[in-house]
Amino acid sequence: MNIVVCVKQVPDTATERKLRSDDKTLDRDAADGVINELCEYAVEEALRLKEANGGEVTVLTMGPDKATDTIRKALAMGADKAVHLVDPALHGSDALSTSYALAQTLKKIGFDLVILGSESTDARTGMLAAMLAERLGVPQLTLANKVEVGKGEITVQRVTDYGFDKVAATLPAVISVVEKINEPRYPSFKGIMAAKKKPVQTFGIADAEIDAALVGLAGAWSEVADFAAAPPRAAGAVVKDEGDGGVKAADFLTSKKFI
Amino acid sequence: MAEILVLVEQIDGDVKKVTLELLTLARTLGEPSAVWAGPGYSDTAKARLAEFGAAKVYVADSADIADYVVAPKAELLASLVAAKSPAAVLLAATAEGKEVAGRLAVKTDSGVITDAVGVGEGFVADQSIFGGGINVHSRVTKGTPIIAVRPNSTAPVAEAGAAVEEKVEVALSDAARGARVVERVKQEKGARPELTEAAIVVSGGRGVGSGENFAIIEKLADSLGAAVGASRAATDAGWYPHAFQVGQTGKTVSPQLYIAAGISGAIQHRAGMQTSKTIVVINKDPEAPIFEIADFGVVGDLHQVVPQLTEEIAKRK
Repeated sequence: MNIVVCVKQVPDTATERKLRSDDKTLDRDAADGVINELCEYAVEEALRLKEANGGEVTVLTMGPDKATDTIRKALAMGADKAVHLVDPALHGSDALSTSYALAQTLKKIGFDLVILGSESTDARTGMLAAMLAERLGVPQLTLANKVEVGKGEITVQRVTDYGFDKVAATLPAVISVVEKINEPRYPSFKGIMAAKKKPVQTFGIADAEIDAALVGLAGAWSEVADFAAAPPRAAGAVVKDEGDGGVKAADFLTSKKFI
Repeated sequence: MAEILVLVEQIDGDVKKVTLELLTLARTLGEPSAVWAGPGYSDTAKARLAEFGAAKVYVADSADIADYVVAPKAELLASLVAAKSPAAVLLAATAEGKEVAGRLAVKTDSGVITDAVGVGEGFVADQSIFGGGINVHSRVTKGTPIIAVRPNSTAPVAEAGAAVEEKVEVALSDAARGARVVERVKQEKGARPELTEAAIVVSGGRGVGSGENFAIIEKLADSLGAAVGASRAATDAGWYPHAFQVGQTGKTVSPQLYIAAGISGAIQHRAGMQTSKTIVVINKDPEAPIFEIADFGVVGDLHQVVPQLTEEIAKRK
């Protein structure tokens, strides 16, 4: 089975994240880039499916040069090879452009199963897997907390508000996984060394037959009109519990008419 | 007036609160038309949509629409966008609502904005990003604006609408029938409101100390008619199910009142609750960063403070 796992490099949540004042895009230089946490669950799930069913795991990422760190991390976990879609024309792409560029690349490299994390910690749109399924014309089995693959078939448990749906489809398909579907492995020393020798293919937009008019800032379907730092929340009263903390909290709730 | 499509969210035929919020918001932008997708439509549902100002209700209630994941709803909306040329489409920024929005955007070659906390003139959306650190105004620049709005962003206000019904038949494509729902499993969650919809959320974190101790969080929640949430530390420890995790990799909530007990307030948690209107914090560590965003804080042991608060609420009711 040919599994492609899409990963994204995101600014580290622990550092201050900013937008650039010039073009209002994410300032990728201001913060350390790390693999999006939910993508680690996607990589782990891909590796487990490969271990159970055979096949190959390809990492696909779209991002600037420094996203190679994220590719290496996924390869160190155990993925077999990678494709890095990198081109200055892609800078500023929105979710629609990104899904278009990734779909074009996926058509080129081929797949039986595409796995994504359910969302990224920076943009948090949660739309990419659904958009990819739409663009590729294959079944969408998203928000999975359990995945089973049989001969040409796939079944997942899709997390819902009321519990979960069991969803079935035939391959090829696009799936996304939620946090805690598995326990992502730490790369071993051996894995880290081996990752350095694994093949990483670089694609520009021409290689994936991506129309430059449909990507990047100019191609985006939406724009940031303006932005500003959120005004700090006015610091409220803080009291020390002296045996009456609960009563004081109740007084506050009463004053705000919650009680 | 400009027609605004609002995708109805419902469970077993009951219209969810977020839909009433979207209808209220849509009335400030144009004339709302509710879109019912899937089985369960009834006079009760119609009355509810009319009460909150739906001028029209497009009803596509064939079972097919709910039997396949997401794609049929996007196909239904795309056919309505083509037939009715609405000024915009509003959906709930729930996990599924955002997926429908994404597919609809691809189908209609339109821009899409997610997690809006407000929508103003010209369909300019307000967003709060990076854990609430930055406020952004965004707008769609191509096609029909598709905007997924975060639950609890608008207070629902009733205003009668005609709710003129129009049946819609959709011939689903093969592609929309790709992922079939073979079974729906409903997990018992009692009488508490749904986490993302709740007006009040009471969350517990590392300070709660154990799964059993979450009972005191639940009791406080029940005294306020609130939903229960948990920090990542609590779900990682297995004290509370992941479905209730509030934060960057869990649910995003924006209630009227958020009570955080025993939660330090790492950015990963704040990203999921910072747009709450009022925040009350109970934590024994006065240095916990969560106090920085508290409207009211108690420095103390939650095991004493929370039960006392619960008791006090019962007395005052």
